[in-house]
Amino acid sequence: MTVSPMPPAVITRVSFSRRLKDRVVLGLVWLAFAVAVVPLISVLWLVVKNGLARFDAEFLTHSMRNIGARDAGGGAYHAILGTLEQVGLATLISVPIGLLTAIYLVEYGQGRRLAQSISFFVDVMTGIPSVVAGLFILAFWVLVLDMNYSGFAGALALSILMMPTVVRSAEEMLRLVPNDLREASYALGVPKWRTIMKVVVPTALTGIVTGIMLAIARVAGETAPLLLTVFITDSINENPFNGPQMGLPLYVFDQAQRPNVTAVDRAWTGALTLILIVMLLNLVARLIAWWRAPAKGR
Amino acid sequence: MRRPAFRRSRGDGPFRFATTGAGVILLAIMAAIAIFLIVKAVPALQANTGNFLTEKFWTPNATEPKFGIAALAFGTVLSSLLALIMALPVAVGVALFISHYAPRRLAGALGYIIDLLAAVPSVVYGLWGVIFLIPFVKGPWTFLNEYFGWIPLFAGDAVYGKSMLTGAVVLAIMILPIIAAISREVFLQAPRSLEEASLALGATRWEMIRMSVLPFGRPGVISAAMLGLGRAMGETIAVALIFPATFGITFQVLSNDGNSIAANIANGFGEATPIGQGALIASGLVLFVITLLVNMAARLIIARRKEYARAAA
Repeated sequence: MTVSPMPPAVITRVSFSRRLKDRVVLGLVWLAFAVAVVPLISVLWLVVKNGLARFDAEFLTHSMRNIGARDAGGGAYHAILGTLEQVGLATLISVPIGLLTAIYLVEYGQGRRLAQSISFFVDVMTGIPSVVAGLFILAFWVLVLDMNYSGFAGALALSILMMPTVVRSAEEMLRLVPNDLREASYALGVPKWRTIMKVVVPTALTGIVTGIMLAIARVAGETAPLLLTVFITDSINENPFNGPQMGLPLYVFDQAQRPNVTAVDRAWTGALTLILIVMLLNLVARLIAWWRAPAKGR
Repeated sequence: MRRPAFRRSRGDGPFRFATTGAGVILLAIMAAIAIFLIVKAVPALQANTGNFLTEKFWTPNATEPKFGIAALAFGTVLSSLLALIMALPVAVGVALFISHYAPRRLAGALGYIIDLLAAVPSVVYGLWGVIFLIPFVKGPWTFLNEYFGWIPLFAGDAVYGKSMLTGAVVLAIMILPIIAAISREVFLQAPRSLEEASLALGATRWEMIRMSVLPFGRPGVISAAMLGLGRAMGETIAVALIFPATFGITFQVLSNDGNSIAANIANGFGEATPIGQGALIASGLVLFVITLLVNMAARLIIARRKEYARAAA
């Protein structure tokens, strides 16, 4: 009597309808990814294609002073300068506050009600619409304190958007620092604050810097808060503390609304410049993260 | 941790004070945002001759200011919901693709590509929307109106590129990365043992995902969707360029009608009188409260889920 062979590969015999469903979902998931990438390609392609037309020395070194919307020429120097100053100031304001808050949450706050509420409101703060941050600075700085529209007011609004991001990323990195390091330092008699400054923060530094760079990249593209706080100007204003100042996102917004070709060309080139700045910051952040990442057993 | 008292350092107190102070400053900023918005909104609201909540006009700069939030709030909610409906299925698909379908080696790079979507500044999407998308969608929108006009949403006889639906498409693109990123994280957390068990029982990949990954990830996806919704409602510049900026209330999303709170602030700020600025701040306060509620709800769901995840691990 011959032994009847095992039915070959029972597990692969999946009914047609089930296999079909599996295939359909596979197709849908691929489709979803394709659909998500199409607008990205479209945006980047058009920005590069249309932006290169005016991406020249004049654009980078001249302002829009005395240049009508229909005139050719003109540039975004005043806006680039403004963006760098505003984002720089916003970084100077939000990084110390954000970093110290993160240190409090990780090192001192554990389990305290204050730490819990700070943590909760930092989360909530990430969801504040940027235009509301702008309105707040408008209400507080411009309308209540009666200060003028200025780059600094814009920097204040941007820093409100930056702070929660800085806190979150720094907190995450500080938590990753192994407790053994802290304990070793305490065992040597080093006070807690010096332990934090000399051991904990340096260990987490690259991660923190990466988080800060990503936060900068995010706020560098914000338009709405600038619209309400720095106002629109066509001239170069090197002083961020006095008078209207332009910002690059605002420049794109302003030029995009003008219904003629020369202005729209400038808007595309402004968008290209803005994307280059943002992508550069992103890239640097990722390079730092990659370069100094603790060796993950590859 | 507790250290011997004899080594108490002089720097410790001030340092601790500084870090606590920074945290308190953050809380104070949150409170100040609410307070200053209220303080500046009240005078404008007192000068208002219409009902702020029900009025469909926005003429705060007139000698008899008359303005109301009704049309703006409606437009904000409608456009954000439309954006969410469009973005959610795609985002969940992308998240599944990256977490369970894409080849392991590619997954990281593909996730980075989706993150790039988030890195593009919103004003660039606005520019893209105005110059490229508005002319581009005229064809498809006419088609929708002609053949699906019997659905109230696509009804009406006028078809314009500049419409709520066009704005919603741009919003959908902008909120997709955040929904996809959070969904991907929760899908990756789905217990391996469950996945392997269902595969061992002979489930196909889809059946495994449907039975173990999706039920596990549902609360995370819901909160991700709400965070996306909050972001869509607060988005300003792109929609300021694309929405028609009128003050009607209509479900006909292809018509040349519609606006949102944020877009109205951006468009109306330039020529606002002091009362007008107060009115815009009042509308911003409404936006602040709505987004705050949506975000808090999302955070609560996430927080609850964290415990669940730890218990399941």
